[in-house]
Amino acid sequence: MSDTKKFLYVNRRAPYGTIYALESLEVVLIGAAFEQDVSLAFLDDGVFQLTKGQKTDGLGVKNFSPTFRALGDYDVTKLYVEKESLEERGLSEADLQEIMYEDEDDDWEEKPSIRIVSRAEMVDIMSDQDVVLSF
Amino acid sequence: MASYDVNGTAVEHDEEGYITNLSDWSKDLAQVIADAENIQMTDEHWAVVNFLREYYDEYQIAPAVRVLIKAIKKSMGPDVGNNKYMYELFPYGPAKQACKIAGLPKPTGCV
Repeated sequence: MSDTKKFLYVNRRAPYGTIYALESLEVVLIGAAFEQDVSLAFLDDGVFQLTKGQKTDGLGVKNFSPTFRALGDYDVTKLYVEKESLEERGLSEADLQEIMYEDEDDDWEEKPSIRIVSRAEMVDIMSDQDVVLSF
Repeated sequence: MASYDVNGTAVEHDEEGYITNLSDWSKDLAQVIADAENIQMTDEHWAVVNFLREYYDEYQIAPAVRVLIKAIKKSMGPDVGNNKYMYELFPYGPAKQACKIAGLPKPTGCV
């Protein structure tokens, strides 16, 4: 399709406490129906959205972190996580949940959706987009 | 608030017929909702409903129609997993109507 645009959803906030993270994910899921080239970026406190073992019982809100694992079904397979943001918070890739997608063009092989990138690479990713939406 | 009557127990639902408390669901309730929707539940209907419940349990969302059909195609073959057949099973939309019977919230993106 020639009129496909590149959309990047930038997530910079912690998953709970504000509605931004959940709203961003909902917009991504709705937007995925329009068959655009969608990527997600996680930086600053946004990296906490992908951490594994989230428990929200004490907060009285829904733990929506499992929903990130459904993104592959919606053909959203590029989740860029900024390395420096992880390190500044004492986190590493091992603290993030495993998110896989099945590659239709490669005999449905399971591949990881999360890609750790440097701050410099993130700049390039952002400037390569047609539309950047920040949450 | 309006409710379904399941063997004498009232189960609350919203103005569109989706149950308010997701843990109220049972197979008996599904049958009651299906009756209200004029749907005769067959094995294929149950397969879709069970798939939706498992999907919600794993990912905390009801899948979009496109995702639902792709998954049913994979598990039950293209004779069941296609748009036409799914709309024959659930004339008011496989995601919308099947989610209602499965006791899930209305799918994200459905208006």
